[in-house]
Amino acid sequence: MIEPLTNRAPTRVFLTWIGFWIALFAIGGYFGMLCLSQGLHHTNMNNRFGFGIWIFLDLTVIALGAGAFFSAFLLYILKKQALKDVIGSAVVLGFICYSGAVVVLAIDVGQPLRAWFTFWHPNAHSMLAEVTFCLTLYLLVLAIEYVPLILKNPSLSKNVSLLIFEGQLHKVVVVFAGVGAVLSFFHQGSLGGLYGVMNGRPFAFREHFFIWPSTFFLFILSAIAAGPSFLILINKLASKITKKQLVRKEAYDFLGRISGWLLLAYVGLKSADTIVWINHTAPASGYSVSEFFKEASFGTWILFAEIVLFGLLPALVLINSRLRKRPSLMIVAPMLVCIGIAINRYVMTLQSQSLPTLPFEEFVLYTPSLVEIGVFGGMISYGVIVFSLSYRYLPLYPGLRQKAKT
Amino acid sequence: MTKTTPQKRYGMVIDIDRCDGCGACMVACSLENNVSVVPPEAGIHRGLTWIRVYSVTNEKEYPHSDTAYLPVSCQHCGNETPCVGVCPQSAVDVDPKNGIVSQIPERCMGCRYCMVACPYHARYFNWWDPVWPEGTEHLLNPGVTPRMRGVVEKCNFCHGRHHAAQERAASEGRSEIEPNEYQTACAEACPNGAITFGDLADKDSEVAKLAAGPESFQLLKTLGTGPKVYYLTQRGWVRDMAAKTPLPLDGQPDD
Repeated sequence: MIEPLTNRAPTRVFLTWIGFWIALFAIGGYFGMLCLSQGLHHTNMNNRFGFGIWIFLDLTVIALGAGAFFSAFLLYILKKQALKDVIGSAVVLGFICYSGAVVVLAIDVGQPLRAWFTFWHPNAHSMLAEVTFCLTLYLLVLAIEYVPLILKNPSLSKNVSLLIFEGQLHKVVVVFAGVGAVLSFFHQGSLGGLYGVMNGRPFAFREHFFIWPSTFFLFILSAIAAGPSFLILINKLASKITKKQLVRKEAYDFLGRISGWLLLAYVGLKSADTIVWINHTAPASGYSVSEFFKEASFGTWILFAEIVLFGLLPALVLINSRLRKRPSLMIVAPMLVCIGIAINRYVMTLQSQSLPTLPFEEFVLYTPSLVEIGVFGGMISYGVIVFSLSYRYLPLYPGLRQKAKT
Repeated sequence: MTKTTPQKRYGMVIDIDRCDGCGACMVACSLENNVSVVPPEAGIHRGLTWIRVYSVTNEKEYPHSDTAYLPVSCQHCGNETPCVGVCPQSAVDVDPKNGIVSQIPERCMGCRYCMVACPYHARYFNWWDPVWPEGTEHLLNPGVTPRMRGVVEKCNFCHGRHHAAQERAASEGRSEIEPNEYQTACAEACPNGAITFGDLADKDSEVAKLAAGPESFQLLKTLGTGPKVYYLTQRGWVRDMAAKTPLPLDGQPDD
C-alpha cells in the first residue's frame, strides 16, 4: 500500500479536503457524460460560436501549464539549479493542465471517437493538426517525466527493480526535457496560429513570417512568460494551505525575474503587432479597427487592460529586484500576468467570434451554460485532486524532504 | 494522345432585386439535401439552413424605406478557401475539377474550426441527433446521406444532383455533363428566377455573363477569398451595405 510522507496532514483532514473536490469532479463528470451521450446542445455554443468557454479555458490552461516545459528546459538544459525546488510541482502542474485540457477537448468535439482521424488523414496545412500531434506527444513526455516522481514514493522505492527503473529514467530526463521543449514550442505556437491564419476573420488574422502568423510567436512568448508566474502562484497557494515553506525564496525570485523580462518582451512585440494590425492588416481586409471595438462589451478598454494593466504593469514589477522582495507584490504581479494571458486567450477566442464579418449579420454575445461551467469545474477539481495526491504521497518538494530528514 | 477535360468552375448569381424573401430556396434545399429538423429551442443560431435568407433595410422612414433579401449559402471560395486549410483531418475539400467546396461528414470529428474560420457564417453544426417529423421519413432523398449528430454540414451545390448527372452521362458514354443536366434545388425552386447556377468558366453561359456584368458584386470581396457566388442589384445602398468595400463604390446610396 502506498503510504503518505511523514509530515503530511492527518487522514481525516485530507479526506475532507479531497472529498469536496471529488464531489465537484463527479458533477463535472456527469455533465461531460451528458454532452457525450446526448450531444452538445447542452452547451450554449451555436453556429456563430463554434468555440466556447472550453476552448478559451483550455488555451489559458495550456499557456499556464507552459511552466512545466520551460522549467525543465531551464533546469536540465541550461542548468539553472534554482529551479530544483519547483521542478516536481511544475511537472505535475503541466501534466494536470495538459491532460485536463485533452479530456475537455474530447467532450468539446462532436465526434470524439473520430479524433484519431487526424493522425490517419492529417491536413498538413492545418494548425489544429499540428496542435493535435504536438499536444499528444507532449502529454506522453509529461507522463514519462511524472513516472520517476511516482516511483520516488517511500513505499514504491522499497522495490529495488522500481528504484533501478527510476534511476534509469532519471538519466534520460535531459532528453525528454529537450523533446518536451521542442514539442511545447510548436504546440503553443500553433495554438496561436489557429487564429492568426484565419484569413476570413479580420479580427484574428495577422501578418505572416514565412508560413507562421505573428500570433504563433506571440503565443509561445506569452506562455513562457506566464508559466513561471503560474508556478509562483500555485506554489505559494500550496504553501499557504499546507502552512509550510515549500520553495526557497531564491526560486521564486528567479521565476519572477524571468517571467517579468519575458513578459516585457511580449508586451513590446504585442504592441508592435497591434500597431501593424491597426494600420495595415485590418484595413487591407476591408475593416477599420474601430469596427472591432464599437461594442461596449468588447471596447478598447479590453485592449488597454490586456497590454498595459495586465501586461506592462506586472512586467515592470517583476523585473525590479526591490519590488520582487515584497511578498504581497510577488502574489499580485504573477496574478496579473496570469489574468492578462487569460484575457488574451479570451479575446482571440471569443471576441473574434462575437464580431460578425458579414455587414448584415448581428453582433452576438455568448454566455456559457451550467453544463459548460460544470465540466470545466470538474477539470479544475481533477487538477486539485491530482496535485493533492501528488503532494501527499510523492516527494514533490526536495527542500521539504531535507527538512523532514533533519 | 490524351484527351483533356476542360475545367469547370461552378458558381451562382443571385439577383437581389428579384428576391422577395419567400424562402422557397431554403425549403427546396432542405428537402433535396435531407437537412434534418431541429427542435424549436434551437433558435436562429442553432438551426440547419444551408441557405439562409437575410432581410436588410435601408433604415429610412416611409416613403424612403426599402427592404432587400439576401440569400446566403456557402460561397464556395476559390482563393485560399478559409475552411479548407484549417480542417485538421482533411474533411473539407475544393474539387479541382469543378471548384465545388465539399464537406465530408463521414470524416468530420466536429471540432467546428471551419465554422469559426468561415467569414460568411455559412457552416452548420448538428447540435442534435437528426430527426424528421413522423411520417415525413419517406420524403427523404435516397441520393443524399443524412448527417449524424456532432458533425458540420453546409451547401455543396447539391452534390447529389451532380453525381446523378455524371452517372447518367457516363451511362450514355459521355465524359461531360450538359449544362441543363445539373441545376441546384434552390435555383430550380425560386419562383422569381432570382438564382442562376452554372459554369462560370464557360464564358457563353448565362451565369458567367451575369457575374461579369456591371451590377454584380461579391460578398466581402476585400478578404480575397474569391467567392463563386455573385449578387446583382441596381440599388446602390444594397451594394454599399453588402459588398463591404473600403473604397468608394460605383453606385451612390439611394435616397
